[in-house]
Amino acid sequence: MRWSVIAWRCASFVVAAGVIALWQLAADRRLISPVFLPGPDRAWASLLRGFTSGDLLTKLTGTLTHMAYGWLLASVAGIALGAMIGSSKAMRIYVAPTLELLRPLPVSAIIPVAIAAFGLNQSMALFVIAFGSLWPMLLGTIHGFAAVEPRLYEVARVLHMSRLAVIFKIALPSAAPDILAGMRLSLTVALILAVVCEMLAGLDGLGQWVLLSARAFRSADLFAGVMLLGIIGYITALAMGAAESRLLRWQAARR
Amino acid sequence: MRERIKPLLLPIAALLVFEAWMRLAAVQSDSLAPPSAIALALADALADGSLLAATRDTLASAFAGLAIGGAIGLVLGVALGLSHVLSRLMEVTIEAIRPIPSVALLPIALIALGFGYRMEIAIVAFACVWPVLIVTRAAVGGIEPRLIEVARVLRLTQLDRIRKIVLPAALPRIVLAFRLAAGIALIVAVTVEIAINPLGLGAGIMTAQQALRPDLMLAYLVWIGVTGFALNAALTAAQQTLFGRAALTDDNA
Repeated sequence: MRWSVIAWRCASFVVAAGVIALWQLAADRRLISPVFLPGPDRAWASLLRGFTSGDLLTKLTGTLTHMAYGWLLASVAGIALGAMIGSSKAMRIYVAPTLELLRPLPVSAIIPVAIAAFGLNQSMALFVIAFGSLWPMLLGTIHGFAAVEPRLYEVARVLHMSRLAVIFKIALPSAAPDILAGMRLSLTVALILAVVCEMLAGLDGLGQWVLLSARAFRSADLFAGVMLLGIIGYITALAMGAAESRLLRWQAARR
Repeated sequence: MRERIKPLLLPIAALLVFEAWMRLAAVQSDSLAPPSAIALALADALADGSLLAATRDTLASAFAGLAIGGAIGLVLGVALGLSHVLSRLMEVTIEAIRPIPSVALLPIALIALGFGYRMEIAIVAFACVWPVLIVTRAAVGGIEPRLIEVARVLRLTQLDRIRKIVLPAALPRIVLAFRLAAGIALIVAVTVEIAINPLGLGAGIMTAQQALRPDLMLAYLVWIGVTGFALNAALTAAQQTLFGRAALTDDNA
């Protein structure tokens, strides 16, 4: 059984290699102008060159830093606010509908407001990324708190637990799947907003790198940047998935 | 009745406090404006048609991208859902392309297609392929095996099998996928316009910001929120009338 899984994986990698070979062929035959589409060889060379002699590493850490700060800030604020709203029935009635109303707002629309308030700088990017990543976690936490098994609350009442104890010992653990799902969604949002902010504000990061490369028609550098962004997206999602299954292991065991 | 008023109290109170604070403190700001001024700017922009024209541009790009990306996602999703071999072979390729954030393609689309509708539609289409593909693949893969056996017994051709058995069986979740993708399409369209494309609502809000018109900028923000809300509400209502309660069971899938 395990061997067949590995064999399928290998076959799947072979197909991916075939796609890259087709890309190389298309680029070599100049089916598409090399101004738009560099071959994978040139993109790879540009990636290596960017890391060894260029400033691609600085750009990469720039993007990661923007993402991480905004996302962590949003995580703390989102879970704290969500716990506050979710654990109180009155707050759920008065506040939650307003938040639901704001949910479909495309968060990038807040960028101009942030530019007007902060200017084109790091604090603008931090605000936008944190604001955008806040929603999935906030609503996930509220939803998770609302869906806690009512008998657990009854148990807490019988045990005379304080509100903080209820939040930390009962509500947060049982809302964890919703909160983690929100955090995973936020990670994608944070990456997208980080790229957009870097493009607009010219902050050190991959967003700025790909835009400048495009302006200078350096397509190999551009593709190197896009590949790195894809890798960031992939690895962060993978890490989040791993964290999720580790943190929720006790729940899987219970079912 | 009282239950219906309660949720409205917070936004109304917030607006009143905000208005009073802006007026009493006589705040001069490039980023804030009293709600009454925002409402006036919104009414003006609606009256002179600029807001509606921008909405039309944004929605046209979003829906064109949704149609193209959704169609690609649907075809791939059905193919991968029907054939486990294909699905497993394509796994690495799909997982390698999918995590690329859609806005990262902006510069590529910019040099390949230039400013305008085409680059925006291309990026929206890329973003819409994935949710439709993933949900369709799961929906088609999860079809009751006996239905497929029926198709085999009836000796339906592959095309008939897809048209008469597979698509109807997977339809509720496919519609759900398109609803999710429509929300993403609007978000991506507005983001592309804000980042770079001089078109539609996103460009409108950026212009208002650069013209130091906080009232107009916030009016655009409110309008973009209304558009997003209306789109979501309309699609949810459509989904419910089409499939009734069956549509809601999979909502968290």
